Amino acid sequence: MKKNAYVGLYIVIAILLVLPFVLPNSFYVDLAIRMAINAVIVLGLNLLIGFAGQISMGHAGFLGIGAYASAVLPTHFGWHPLLAMGAGAVATGLLAALVARPIFKLKGHYLAMATLGLGIIINIVLRTEAALTGGPDGMPVPALGLLGFELSSDKHWYWVVALLLSVSVWASLNLIDSPFGRALRALHGSEVASQVAGVDVVRYKVSIFVISAVFASLMGSVTAHYVGFVTPNFADFFHSIELVTMVVIGGMASVYGSLVGAVLLTALPQALATFEGWETVAFGTILMICMIFMPRGLVPTLAAKFGKGA
Amino acid sequence: MLAQFLQFLFSGMTVGATYALAALGFTLIYNASNVINFAQGEFIMLGGMLAVFFAQAGLPLPVALMLAILVPAIVGVVLEKLAIEPVKGAETVTLIIITIGASLVIRGLIQVWLGKGTHSLPAFSGDVPIEILGATLMPQSLWVLGVTALVVVALWYFFSRTLHGKAMLATSFNRLAAELVGINTSWVLFMSFAMSAALGAIGGILVTPITLTSYDVGIMLGLKGFVAAVVGGLGNGLGAVLGGLLVGILEAMGAGYISSAYKDAIPFVLILFMLFFMPRGLFGGKSTDRV
Repeated sequence: MKKNAYVGLYIVIAILLVLPFVLPNSFYVDLAIRMAINAVIVLGLNLLIGFAGQISMGHAGFLGIGAYASAVLPTHFGWHPLLAMGAGAVATGLLAALVARPIFKLKGHYLAMATLGLGIIINIVLRTEAALTGGPDGMPVPALGLLGFELSSDKHWYWVVALLLSVSVWASLNLIDSPFGRALRALHGSEVASQVAGVDVVRYKVSIFVISAVFASLMGSVTAHYVGFVTPNFADFFHSIELVTMVVIGGMASVYGSLVGAVLLTALPQALATFEGWETVAFGTILMICMIFMPRGLVPTLAAKFGKGA
Repeated sequence: MLAQFLQFLFSGMTVGATYALAALGFTLIYNASNVINFAQGEFIMLGGMLAVFFAQAGLPLPVALMLAILVPAIVGVVLEKLAIEPVKGAETVTLIIITIGASLVIRGLIQVWLGKGTHSLPAFSGDVPIEILGATLMPQSLWVLGVTALVVVALWYFFSRTLHGKAMLATSFNRLAAELVGINTSWVLFMSFAMSAALGAIGGILVTPITLTSYDVGIMLGLKGFVAAVVGGLGNGLGAVLGGLLVGILEAMGAGYISSAYKDAIPFVLILFMLFFMPRGLFGGKSTDRV
């Protein structure tokens, strides 16, 4: 394990500790929470896209399953929110495992298409089953209670999410450096070569797909409870694209790239809101420019420029 | 029973023809550059929206329609020059994001310029439905099917009988070999973007009198066109056309006999089944993935 990889983790933790005391108002606290939530999802997605080299264009679908499990099960069936969150994660994991085997026989564009299709189907189901999900209008989510203590204020949420993020960064760093992570990187390099070297390619691809899907589902539940309301937009195609874009713009196969990508692309729509009507144009232009001039992503490009390992 | 079946068949074939044109567009660009152009749907949208705009601006319909094909073709060429050529050989996901960025720019510009409203065009030759065995067929459907058939024949002629067409085919089989025999492959890339944008626009124009159009119709139309291309075997022209018709017909049948609420999900269920059981599509498609 490169030493400076952990230095990065300490810096992240330090920033997370200082942040709430320097943020001027609740708008920025809210933004920081959203950034951290996205960062956790993107960390999971980067394990799949960046390290294992497998595209998923339907990850928002998994997010949606988690979010709606947290909304629907407590509201309609009286489940405890934590139990609902767990059920969402299990359901997502099972679905991901079920489709992973056939899906991972595919590559490149075909894989992109299959995951995209899966995400769109999930979104359409959420949109259509209005009796349970509220249809296109969405539905409110009950508050999340922990041991008689209700998570309500932004400050509470901040610390919960900051903890989740720190643990996720630490876990990602370790995972990448483990035999599992080495196997993933090997199969990104060359599937045939890793197969010859005795890596069970399919098993690894399926596991990383399931792991990143469950990550997304859990964070979908967290977002749902934090925002207090879910809509099918949680699970739409555009959100999936945003997540993939965070991975790619930050830098594929870079843990800190995921953080940078999530922070930048969560802030961007806020910054662009002043352009009234031109947000979409500006967002699209920025995506294109980043990809044309830094196809490897921000963090790896800058790291290469300044001669440090990412 | 038969009347109802025919009715679903007609409406399925009509939208299916639009998907087929979009799928042909995907195929052209994929063959020339191995890029899946996620902005393909926006060309369909551009065709419809621009036709409405030029027609409302008072231009005679034929002129308005020509412009509505020409402008997207130029947009396609600009996209290729500015965004695709500079990143030759980039990773699939990078190219996907670039074309998605492009689609956002196109959609955003149209939204700013022409607004969020829904628009329609008058049908080209009236609204008097034609009765066939109890089902009705709108004259506009005949336009859609007729022009699509014409386009397919024209493309076939272009690729099999003209030097330019053969040069494009050669490039899609083997770029390096094509360059060695003196084919200007960057011209081929240029042409394939222009042609695929024009094809998309034609589909968008033809179907606007039937399905209406607005700045945001491109995503779904594009994705379904992509489904059609994959169903037909990505990279296979004939497959793209049959894939488009098949997707359109199954969608209409599913909406009619199963559930209209899940109409939009049908192509995506279809694509998952296809990919799981016949990953090369109905018509093989050339092997382009390095397995």
